[in-house]
Amino acid sequence: MADSPLISRRTLIAGAAVAAGGVLLTNLPGAEAQQGAATPVAPPPVAPADPTKAPGAPTTAVGQRSPFVQPQRAPVGEITGTSLTPLQDLTGTITPADLHFTRIHAGVPTIDPAKHTLLIHGLVEHPLEFTVDSLKRFPAVTRVHFVECSGNGRAAYRTPKPEMTPQQVDGMTSNSEWTGVPLSVLFHQAGVKPEAKWFLAEGGDASLLDRSIPVSKAMDDALVVWAQNGEPLRPEQGFPIRLLVPGYEGNANVKWLRRIKLGAEPFMTRWETSKYTDPLPNDKIRMFSFEMDAKSIITSPAYPERLTGPGWWPIRGLAWSGRGRINRVEVSTDGGKTWLGAELLTALSPKAHVRFEHMWQWDGNETLLMSRATDDQGYVQPTMAQLKAVRGPGTDYHFNSIRAWRVARDGVVTFEANT
Amino acid sequence: MRRAVLVVAALAIAGCRAEVRDDYLGDKAPKDYGLGRPASAAEISAVDIDVSPNGTGLPAGSGTPEQGATVFASTCASCHGKNGEGIPPLYPQLVGGPKGAFNFATDHKIPRTIGNYWPYATTLFDYIRRAMPLTAPGSLTPDQTYAVAAYLLNREGLLPAGATLDAHSLPAIQMPARSHFVPDDRRGSTGGANVR
Repeated sequence: MADSPLISRRTLIAGAAVAAGGVLLTNLPGAEAQQGAATPVAPPPVAPADPTKAPGAPTTAVGQRSPFVQPQRAPVGEITGTSLTPLQDLTGTITPADLHFTRIHAGVPTIDPAKHTLLIHGLVEHPLEFTVDSLKRFPAVTRVHFVECSGNGRAAYRTPKPEMTPQQVDGMTSNSEWTGVPLSVLFHQAGVKPEAKWFLAEGGDASLLDRSIPVSKAMDDALVVWAQNGEPLRPEQGFPIRLLVPGYEGNANVKWLRRIKLGAEPFMTRWETSKYTDPLPNDKIRMFSFEMDAKSIITSPAYPERLTGPGWWPIRGLAWSGRGRINRVEVSTDGGKTWLGAELLTALSPKAHVRFEHMWQWDGNETLLMSRATDDQGYVQPTMAQLKAVRGPGTDYHFNSIRAWRVARDGVVTFEANT
Repeated sequence: MRRAVLVVAALAIAGCRAEVRDDYLGDKAPKDYGLGRPASAAEISAVDIDVSPNGTGLPAGSGTPEQGATVFASTCASCHGKNGEGIPPLYPQLVGGPKGAFNFATDHKIPRTIGNYWPYATTLFDYIRRAMPLTAPGSLTPDQTYAVAAYLLNREGLLPAGATLDAHSLPAIQMPARSHFVPDDRRGSTGGANVR
């Protein structure tokens, strides 16, 4: 047991050394080029003809999925990489922690929680260092929130293909129950000075990823979380602690959080200047575009499903908004000519995925299925044409356009990018 | 009928109350729990590595483009290319993007390089120091970091040959893209045809 972190570090260093030598580069294709290239899965085992006639498997320390069910994140890259949530394999709203999407910039660090600390300093009365255990002694809050990369949907925009799954189209959004301490409580403990308007959140991985966030967000609903879906955070989700800024683009939810510094102005890190900014046709570049606007996607029927014939089919999907609750989801079964209200099946938590369903009677003709979300701010999910017109074709973060699925007469379902 | 509506409404409110605990979220006057250990100045300075646009956080030391060319060739070129052309998308192009026309919104293929896109020169030092080189972050000395930043700024025509980059001269560099950056103005958008 004690060796395993060492082994993984060695493996990482070995991989890094190869990358530095350039040898691995051919095996490290661009994340966008090879999204969705899943690891081959083993064929399902043969089940006994009658499972009631012989005892089954013994108890185990840790449960596993049925061998008939093999959802995968389809990882791309190594120490800088991405893996996408298989949205088409999931039900309800909670993403199993091991299927939460990841985006890493310098590998997943191995961190001893007994040695990890969070420093809060800068424009505060009392610079404080918190152990992970001391953070857990504060009053805790448990909330369901999505985390979505602001680049979610970019591959489907730049390189659309009919053969794209919901995972490949929008798999960089995931939804979890998070537990942690409100950042406002920690800020009160440290005594934030009135002139502090921004804070820098810095992660403890090898990229020391850092983002500037308004103090007002801390006083609203930001959390320092240590648990996800009832268990400690997974290493690739920030173990032992991460920042959660509900509704903000994924990059701002800094994982492996080690330091928070309060300041009067934003710190202008690489991530918030050269990366997560949005050029506009008026020669301006929008920055600090934190909130993820309302969005939805049908997860079934979707590629690679095939409808076996006309009749009743449930249209199911997910909707979410980084600005509040989802108020309404509409579904179109005629390519956007008419829209029908979908049932919202789950709790309408703010800044969280909601599951929608619409029962559809397919007549066997070719058609386009679409979904459109409206949030409690009155914001309506736009079409791709509307987004492109206002943002310009060169901008592709915050790409929340209506997604469509084409159903052919033979029941084959494929992705349709243009809406 | 009206009574039934009221009962349902009351149940709905009670249900909401029971659903989540709000007391500590956004609390404007939380208690003092006496947790956390005072951090000393030495402990803070050991990790206080960020650099602000006004130069706060820059260490002592200096470097020239010529010194930086040597460091770049031995430390950075294996990923970012001999001339900083990069191996996109994993290893970005650093320098040599087109200047003048500002067409990033119309063509996503235009390389966003230090000279045509980065709004603050200080970000360069901050990022190199914290995250580069990828396989050995934090291994460059302050002098080497200034030198690499000087080399890249020189390649972008923003620092003359032979110039010394240090805590004084780095924040004084005016980046060409600076005036293009504006705060997020999407709030209040109703989406649809009125999307921003």
